[in-house]
Amino acid sequence: MTATTSQEAAAVVRVRIPTPLRSYTGGSEVFVAVPVLAPELPPTIGGVLAALNGNYPGIRFRMVDEQGNVRPHIKLFVDSDVTRDLGSPIPSGATLMIVAALSGG
Amino acid sequence: MAKSSAATRPAATRRTRLLVATRKGLWTLTSDVARNGWRLAGPQFLGHTIHHAVVDPRNGKSILVAARTGHLGPTVFRSPDNGRTWKEATRPPAFAVDSGRVVDHTFWLTPGHASEPSTWYAGTSPQGLFRSNDGGATWDGVNGFNAHPQRKAWCGGDQDGTPDGAKLHSILVDPRDGAHLYIAMSSGGVFESPDAGEHWWPLNKGVRADFLPDNPPPEFGHDPHCVQFAGGLPDRLYQQNHCGIYRLDRPNDVWQDIGANMPKSVGYVGFPVAAHPRDPDTLWVLPMDGTTVWPRTSPGGRPAVYRSRDGGRTWKRQDQGLPKSQTWWTVKRQAMSLDGRDPTGLYFGTTSGEVWASRDEGRSFRSIARHLPEIYSVEATSV
Repeated sequence: MTATTSQEAAAVVRVRIPTPLRSYTGGSEVFVAVPVLAPELPPTIGGVLAALNGNYPGIRFRMVDEQGNVRPHIKLFVDSDVTRDLGSPIPSGATLMIVAALSGG
Repeated sequence: MAKSSAATRPAATRRTRLLVATRKGLWTLTSDVARNGWRLAGPQFLGHTIHHAVVDPRNGKSILVAARTGHLGPTVFRSPDNGRTWKEATRPPAFAVDSGRVVDHTFWLTPGHASEPSTWYAGTSPQGLFRSNDGGATWDGVNGFNAHPQRKAWCGGDQDGTPDGAKLHSILVDPRDGAHLYIAMSSGGVFESPDAGEHWWPLNKGVRADFLPDNPPPEFGHDPHCVQFAGGLPDRLYQQNHCGIYRLDRPNDVWQDIGANMPKSVGYVGFPVAAHPRDPDTLWVLPMDGTTVWPRTSPGGRPAVYRSRDGGRTWKRQDQGLPKSQTWWTVKRQAMSLDGRDPTGLYFGTTSGEVWASRDEGRSFRSIARHLPEIYSVEATSV
């Protein structure tokens, strides 16, 4: 579910959380409010992760390194489309799914 | 009546606690007063790779843990109460945004000087030096090293280095002067700072580096595996290197080769070195096979500790209680530790997940834990 409320100038984005990160969120799914700067500018993945980090401090650095790159074993899906670009927009109604992909034994 | 702290508890009533950091989590082994019976507790952080877990000797109850997982980036956890509760660092060690560098994992943790009770140092892979002044909650790069114009020349590229990543380790804080630091890097060599990390110079004269051109002898680029102060004598350093065992007596700046007297069949290669807490002439190494393709296993399948009581001039094999054949584990550089009691206990953890203990300074050993994951570090404290 994603909803934009003009009164709050924020988009609410659904984020699915993989098990390695649930120590931060306490659950498999959270909703985060992302500030909307202008109606024609949808929230980006980077904006969602920043908002997520505001709610759950430390979670972003586990997924994104200090140079702003998504870590090797983390995958991000906007609905069914995979992306590593934190500037990618999240359309209204889309879900951000975070996946902790294969990482060896 | 409140419990007495370890610092005030009579020596005869103290126990030993080992923090056992592994590739899959953190365990604790606690002894009875006689160090005869041991209780294993854990895991904590199950599934996390714990490269180092260290008790703060300045208060005896704070613990810092360097952790990451297969999927997730590196972080530091800290406990104010001997591991009962934990908080994550709000700003873990990370390189400057404009550096282009990325911390893969925090590898080494060192408490700061006694006069700076909230200060900690961290060494990372690839090589970086970080400091916290708030007990490990937030970390900043030591820019005198991380941004030094020669840093890349000293260390090589971030993709160079040891098989599981180049590392900065063996951060030593002079007990007489908290601004006087030593660090070691695999690879890079040993470096010294007189001013809390603002300035650095290499300290590798006399150390072999048989993987580098040797004419002229290189100033840096060496591969120290572990460096420790001699007990009670911070003007002496012991070094287990990729290419030998060395001793340095300051203000001299030329390391003396003390590995040459090791038995030829055993060699002078290993990861850890441990210095007796009170006798500056006594130290232990734990050799591994550095021949041919570098198996890094117990030489001949027969593990042993080697002890010197004369500053490395002579060595004695200590293997009573250890397996006599077909034993192929390795002990990594943070995985041998002393509890400082009298006589000091000597402990090590193996890549095969066993913890071995000696309560008589290495004269005899026995296994006190088995079947743990690969052990990365063992830190002993008297509690």
